[in-house]
Amino acid sequence: MMNDQSLAIRKFSDLANPTRFLGLAERLLPWFSGLTALLFVVGLYLCFTTQGDYQQGETVRIMYIHVPAAWLSMMCYTVMALSALGTLVWRHPLADVSARAAAPIGACFTLLALVTGSLWGKPMWGTWWVWDARLTSVFVLFLMYLGLIALNRAMDDPGKAAKVSAILILVGFVNIPIIKFSVEWWNTLHQPASVMRLDGPKIDPEFLWPLLVMALAFSMLFFTLHIAAMRNEIWRRRVTSMRRQAARNLGMEGRKA
Amino acid sequence: MMSHTGYVMASYGTAALMVAGLILWVFADGRGRRRELKALDDAGIRRRSAPTTAGEPQ
Repeated sequence: MMNDQSLAIRKFSDLANPTRFLGLAERLLPWFSGLTALLFVVGLYLCFTTQGDYQQGETVRIMYIHVPAAWLSMMCYTVMALSALGTLVWRHPLADVSARAAAPIGACFTLLALVTGSLWGKPMWGTWWVWDARLTSVFVLFLMYLGLIALNRAMDDPGKAAKVSAILILVGFVNIPIIKFSVEWWNTLHQPASVMRLDGPKIDPEFLWPLLVMALAFSMLFFTLHIAAMRNEIWRRRVTSMRRQAARNLGMEGRKA
Repeated sequence: MMSHTGYVMASYGTAALMVAGLILWVFADGRGRRRELKALDDAGIRRRSAPTTAGEPQ
């Protein structure tokens, strides 16, 4: 008979069960995709119906994709850092799957932040790129994403790859506060924070609303893609282990014959 | 010299292309893995922990 304590332990370990995760993903993905699409429809409507800025004119609309992409590039790395802790401290079987699935998504958002920033910088600053602290630290973040993707692909043993990339992810996490505070610590061409401030947002509601809705849309897009990519990664690992098992069985049959 | 609208359009265009590419890549990856699992299942190869009969709980 199962007592209350063992039932509680069972419930907790179920959270780490990939099969349970696949079931959850199957149920959540249609809702998450729908909500993401809805948020983008509302967000994009607001992006193009609200007023331009009296100084920046139309280019202020670039902010509505540049800023959410930049936020997501840092949030994705934070998710990876938490996953890395999960791998190293709790040896959670889904933690490495999560970190591995997040890396290409994070790289994409970072590249998007860099490209849209460049397209905003040219008309407003008169230059596509400067090596100031903010731009350089985000560029370093992009390189770190690429490095982690390459490392995961280069190593054959998933267990070893998980450990090495978890350590690298945690070491690289030092870059996240550097990105966030670079605009305060150094004299940069990039402006300081105007939304995520201790004294509240310093941005007109005309710009704040489309920005927040787009940030929510990008966040939901990230969660949807991350869950889907984690599901794909679990399937990939199952295919690999089943193929290995099949080859082993074939070998044993060969010896018997 | 591009007009301001040109920069805005280029930004939204790049964003649309990259997001669409990312979605398609994740979707195609999922379909590929699902196909591989089905092929293994059709070949009679199942996971050791998989249920042997349809009604058995996992």
